[in-house]
Amino acid sequence: MSDYLTQTTLLRLLAVLLLVLGPHLTRLPAWESLLLLTVIGWRALIALRQWRLPAPWLRSLIALACFAAVYANFRSISGMTAGTALLSVMAVLKLLEMRARRDVMVVVLLMYFILVTHFLFSQELWTVLYLLGSAIAITALLMDCNHAGEALPLRMLLRAGGVMVLRALPLMLVFFVLFPRIPGPLWSLPTDAGGGRTGLSENMSPGDIASLMESDEVAFRVRFLDRVPAPGERYWRGPVFDRFDGRGWKPSGLTVPRPPVIEGSGAPLHYELTLEPQGTRWLLALDMPDPTALPPDSALVGDGLLIAPRPIEQRRIVQASAYTRYVLSPTLGGRELAQALQLPPGYNPRTRELAAQWRAQGLDDAAIVQKALQMFRRENFSYTLQPPRLARDSVDDFLFNTRAGFCEHYAGSFTFLMRAANIPARVVTGYQGGEKNEVGDYYVVRQYDAHAWSEVWLQGRGWVRIDPTAAVAPERVEHGVASALTLATGLPGFFAHRNGARLSLTMRWDWVNAKWNAWVLAYGPELQADFLRNFGIEDVGTMIAVMTVLITLATGVVSLLMLRQFMSVQPHDPALRLWRRALRRLQKLGLEQQPPEGPRDFAERVTRERPELGSAMQRLLSAYLRLRYLDGGHAPEAEREMLAATRALRR
Amino acid sequence: MTLAIQQALQGLNQIVLGKPQQLKLTLACLIARGHLLIEDIPGVGKTTLALALAKVLGLKFQRVQFTSDLLPADILGVSIYEQASGAFRFHPGPIFAQLVLADEVNRASPKTQSALLEAMEERQVTAEGETRVLPEPFFVIATQNPSHQIGTFPLPESQLDRFLMRISLGYPSAEAERALLMERERRDLLAETVPALTPAQLLDLQEQAKAVRTSPALLDYLVALIQSTRNHQGLRQGLSPRAGLSLRRAAQAWALIEGRSGVIPEDVQAVFAAVVNHRLVAASEREAGAPTAEDILARVAIP
Repeated sequence: MSDYLTQTTLLRLLAVLLLVLGPHLTRLPAWESLLLLTVIGWRALIALRQWRLPAPWLRSLIALACFAAVYANFRSISGMTAGTALLSVMAVLKLLEMRARRDVMVVVLLMYFILVTHFLFSQELWTVLYLLGSAIAITALLMDCNHAGEALPLRMLLRAGGVMVLRALPLMLVFFVLFPRIPGPLWSLPTDAGGGRTGLSENMSPGDIASLMESDEVAFRVRFLDRVPAPGERYWRGPVFDRFDGRGWKPSGLTVPRPPVIEGSGAPLHYELTLEPQGTRWLLALDMPDPTALPPDSALVGDGLLIAPRPIEQRRIVQASAYTRYVLSPTLGGRELAQALQLPPGYNPRTRELAAQWRAQGLDDAAIVQKALQMFRRENFSYTLQPPRLARDSVDDFLFNTRAGFCEHYAGSFTFLMRAANIPARVVTGYQGGEKNEVGDYYVVRQYDAHAWSEVWLQGRGWVRIDPTAAVAPERVEHGVASALTLATGLPGFFAHRNGARLSLTMRWDWVNAKWNAWVLAYGPELQADFLRNFGIEDVGTMIAVMTVLITLATGVVSLLMLRQFMSVQPHDPALRLWRRALRRLQKLGLEQQPPEGPRDFAERVTRERPELGSAMQRLLSAYLRLRYLDGGHAPEAEREMLAATRALRR
Repeated sequence: MTLAIQQALQGLNQIVLGKPQQLKLTLACLIARGHLLIEDIPGVGKTTLALALAKVLGLKFQRVQFTSDLLPADILGVSIYEQASGAFRFHPGPIFAQLVLADEVNRASPKTQSALLEAMEERQVTAEGETRVLPEPFFVIATQNPSHQIGTFPLPESQLDRFLMRISLGYPSAEAERALLMERERRDLLAETVPALTPAQLLDLQEQAKAVRTSPALLDYLVALIQSTRNHQGLRQGLSPRAGLSLRRAAQAWALIEGRSGVIPEDVQAVFAAVVNHRLVAASEREAGAPTAEDILARVAIP
């Protein structure tokens, strides 16, 4: 076996490397994950079977091939995923040329570096715990690698590693709090992790929102500051669609950028919304935002949607206020009116016929709305996650045949029906409801709370929210989607066990995560400035000065504590005490006793180097030797002599 | 008394040139009632040193050249049947002297070596069931060539411990060499040397050395030194308690020579290398890594 590392330690190294690479294996392309595992396995076999390491030319070839493969896969070697892929593969290939202690150190240090890259992908609480655990494992491994001879017992190594990492924690906290925060993401890396996110989409066709039911990811959390609105008032506004193309709903793109007229009544409701990043711009504000108190860095557009200037890539806290009773756009411009009535020709003749029929009965707009809702309520409509497929005239098919659908079916067909009856209408998507977290007194809105509803424009009342789903399944609005759907409709598994203990555990975990988000991840430049202002630190310059002072003080205190171990406490022996006093005095004169140097040798040296101190030094020495070595017992006159001689030691 | 010691040292220094430190150590060894091992290449004055010591201190001197066929009886003595008296009579061997020079002790067989070492330790000889006490003072100077020569039996570690000190003389300095070449034969000088001390005075000095004070502070220093050899990584074996006692005796003798009533740390440092070096067992076979007495002194602060 190699002389630089025992077989046990080498296998431990491979195990720790696997631990460190673990989460990346799921993020990297499959071929690379497979390659990493293969090389690690190969290296383990080399160690176990005493095979030879591959020849240098073969190693170079493999390395070049891997480099090319990474480049071919990502068309880049920089960027978050490509960089991580390259780092991982090269770290693993280093195993194949590990033939000296130096190489082992390179691999171990690379592990620390790989560990940090996990933060690029996830900053959740569990990631931090995993990183701490891995750091302990790597530190333990580092100790094992530096220890010559047999591998050390695992338990001892892990304990020592743990103690070391724990000792570093206070320093980590100090840096976390004091290190200057950079606004925006720390790494201006291309955000290539955008794909595959769940959330509302830019348009709506039947089945889109139903697919969100598969996800229990948190969309946002919200804390109401003064009053909790009733479930029926909790509509969080997302993209608004005002164009029907025969199949699905889209935004027309004609929305006016300037804010709509909003006349709120009653006291506005204040809330704080912590938005998970979804790569989209909408801020999912509660209907209807108070236009006079918009959150910073946001804008209200014509259809009442609150948006951010850029796609949201980081968790964002939005403090906003809303009127739950409002009039939105009391007047409608000609173009807006036309858009709100647009229908593609040649679709859904039966629905158009029905609308025309109602019109012919001489009903006004509000009555037609009620008529439609009555239809949903009275006829045999059902609310289900698995609606049957619809024919080309989807609204006709839905309204007159299948009569089973999810919220987008109801919102879409209702809107179509209204437009057919010449009532301005549009589809609004967003989230509805939310679950209260009893532990933290806030509400969690998850992806499966996604919803679609309609708005109709009525003379004198502006845009009025009509939720046809509520007519079919009122419990959807009152108690959330789970209670509205029966088990027979095939709910995703996470709904099945929502009872007692498990629910409370889920809530607690969510609460911990919420706190983590609020206190750790949200600790950006603003929060740091707020926090430091409490200590009278106003700007970065002062902070750096304070940090320098604190760190200097901390290291000073630690050094002093360490020094105390070396310096014995004040000695009981008066002779020694007096001698030390004289030594301190001599030290000021630039004369220091070197550790193995005895008192006589020191005195002789002092006499040689500073003849003017000679006589005092000799007096001091002879009294000291008498007290401490030659005569026993207490001798006050010798002590006085030492004092006198010490005083005589001057330039 | 200090005067007599000074004179003795002076006498020695006139004969063995340029080695005051070694001569002082030799005298300290003698006063501490220990035996001396000189390890050196031939011709640097080992025998001359022994002869000079015998002369200056007025001791009865015997020299034994150790060879591979030397038997224990050749050292200790032998009983021979005498026709005249009709009885066995013990003829004492060369060990029955006050100063014995055991030259090239590593050339003899282990059996003979151990006979010598036993006599050194016990200060008596047991032959034919009768125990005979060796004269007082009794002092053995053994010389040993560097042990990597062919046909030698280097003294085992356990027996090296019997010597209080081990020193080596080494080549003289250029100045001493010149004086050596210029002056007369050393043997002639020896003949003219007058004793500075009587054996009785030497015994008295040995008694006085025992009375030299070792203060608690000094004992702390000794303990610290001994302890540091025991937990030193480069050493397989530290100093034994016997070595510790030897160190104290040697330091007391040195302090006496210096004319002090108590031992100071410098006295310990002066004898430390000579007392300790042959007792340390390095952890590894390689010469380079093994710590020396100097390393240990440098590690230990004087309390």
